[in-house]
Amino acid sequence: MKKILGMAAAGALLFALAGCTASGGASADGPKDTKDLVVGFAQVGAESGWRTANTKDIQSSFKEAGITLKFSDAQQKQENQIKAIRSYIQQKVDVIAFSPVVESGWDTVLKEAKNAGIPVVLTDRAVDSKDTSLYETFLGSDFVTEGKKAGEWALNEFKDASGTVPIIQLEGTTGSAPAIDRTKGFADAIAANPNLKIVASQTGDFTRSGGKQVMEALLKAHPDVKLLWAQNDDMGLGAIEAIEAAGKVPGKDIKIITADATHDGMQAAADGKINFIVECNPLMGKQLIEIVKKINKGEDVPKRIVTDETTFTSAQAKEALPSRKY
Amino acid sequence: MRNIVRHRLFWPVVTLAALLALNVIVEHDFFAIRLQDGHLFGSVIDILRNGAPTLLVALGMTLVIATRGIDLSVGAIVAICGALACSMIAASPTPGSVGTVLIAVGAALVLAIVLGLWNGLLVSVLGIQPIIATLILMTAGRGLAMLITEGQIITVSSAPYKVIGGGYWLTMPASILIAGVMFALTALLTRKTALGILIESVGINPEASRLAGVRSRSILWTVYIFSAFCAGVAGLMISSNVTAADANNAGLWIELDAILAVVLGGTSLAGGRYSLIGTLIGAFVIQTLTTTVYTVGIAPEITLVFKALVVIAVCLLQSPAMQARVRNARRRRALQKQGTDAAGAPAVSPASLTNEGAAS
Repeated sequence: MKKILGMAAAGALLFALAGCTASGGASADGPKDTKDLVVGFAQVGAESGWRTANTKDIQSSFKEAGITLKFSDAQQKQENQIKAIRSYIQQKVDVIAFSPVVESGWDTVLKEAKNAGIPVVLTDRAVDSKDTSLYETFLGSDFVTEGKKAGEWALNEFKDASGTVPIIQLEGTTGSAPAIDRTKGFADAIAANPNLKIVASQTGDFTRSGGKQVMEALLKAHPDVKLLWAQNDDMGLGAIEAIEAAGKVPGKDIKIITADATHDGMQAAADGKINFIVECNPLMGKQLIEIVKKINKGEDVPKRIVTDETTFTSAQAKEALPSRKY
Repeated sequence: MRNIVRHRLFWPVVTLAALLALNVIVEHDFFAIRLQDGHLFGSVIDILRNGAPTLLVALGMTLVIATRGIDLSVGAIVAICGALACSMIAASPTPGSVGTVLIAVGAALVLAIVLGLWNGLLVSVLGIQPIIATLILMTAGRGLAMLITEGQIITVSSAPYKVIGGGYWLTMPASILIAGVMFALTALLTRKTALGILIESVGINPEASRLAGVRSRSILWTVYIFSAFCAGVAGLMISSNVTAADANNAGLWIELDAILAVVLGGTSLAGGRYSLIGTLIGAFVIQTLTTTVYTVGIAPEITLVFKALVVIAVCLLQSPAMQARVRNARRRRALQKQGTDAAGAPAVSPASLTNEGAAS
């Protein structure tokens, strides 16, 4: 038994060594052939339908372009993501791309990448680092604008309301960029009408069960709520179940705004359960490949690239649903 | 009175009562329950329903801990079973039929038992430390769940499946009924037969119990299978509650909640004596704590700090060393008071008091 284990361990070691030599040897001299490029991508996790659509699009786009993609899933933990980035640095990949789980605490590992001469691209979420030379560019949505779009719809919907309009807000993962920025954008927009008032704001961690459990409790504390602003579709879908269990009609008794526009969310919008969805486009594979190619050729890349996004009402969702990719 | 205060379940019960009282202060009709569409509806019902999975996992964990073991893999088993059941239902042409759901549920539970067999094999036959043995499945299990769901959140629309975690039976949430029945059966099986004593004896001294004729190997194996089975049922509940299997988040950190519930309930991690009622109270303390955060409106940024403070407070109040200190301090104060009352004739000299203080 011991012998077998020993042999297995030795085998594993050999395999690891072979892996090292195979992926090493990246150099800074001149642009490489596209098919020789290696990109390391450290994904947040698969916490929502949006995220899996994002993952799928990036993986398939890289496959199509013939660029090697090393992919890692951090399961929503910063330490896992830092570990993944460090391993990409050791493997000397050509470009590192990642969606930061939270905004802060990235300076050290980004400096390590910079010292190793590996350009970093932020996708979907930003970091709060003062030193912008630590990354090449940030490709992603403008979450403040998304929050604003949601708030503006609420302003218009309740413009004739005479009394207070109580609002429940389901926030994303505490400390994450979309949670902070969508909260800010929404608050800025509804400030125009003092009747619109957020009576409760809790995190549902961007998950369905989180959204459901929080909404169950908040509905009891604030039974007169008129509007729900869920910062992603999944929390909204969980909350819809809680609203239905309470004997209210989602989309009628309580108006619902969500963000993301995933397939399940769009379906709920088409069914009239969600009134308004602010799109957050997860299909960034093509744009990411463009950036990687530009970096490879040594061309300049703008520090901020915003993805194209729109919004959907129930009627628009019904129309758009059949042709949606995700 | 003193006996009540010293009972090991006194402080957990007080905590539960205090949390409920806090909820009532903030939300006056917290205990209000009404009939809604033919089922009971209210905050307390939510606590029961949402607490059922934690209770189940903690139930299995209690027996494992009683044998001086620990099962870290339950969270992963929750994810795997939910993933398997949901993907089978989603792939079937008739997701709404009772037959499909029964097959899917059966397959998921068989898989849970197989995973329990694996844990039991590592611990009881190969003699690997339980924390390491179950760590294997804890880390690898989520990967397995991701493999089953292919990294997607699988949404199912199946009315019979929805019943397990989100449905109602005789106006009560089905999940708490399932958890209640399993709890009662476990209590009967371990307390009305010798099984409970055998489990405790293995926890106190496995070698001595083996020499005394207790088949400690099969007992160890049984508790790990039971723990995995409980986690499997909890996994079905969690995925059924939101009609979706989420390999990444389902049952995330539930192993820690379960261990906490067991410890709050007065079962020692050193094995031996265990309390199922204690676990029941511990599980509901945890669920009520979560609900309290939402009703009281504690800001998301400080939620974890609030939870930590409550847990630390209960653990301190429960700890025998802490209780002994409080008793000593009280006795000393009483003695001092006596001393000053007796005017110039102290019962204990101040020097001996300071000595005692330094020693404790």
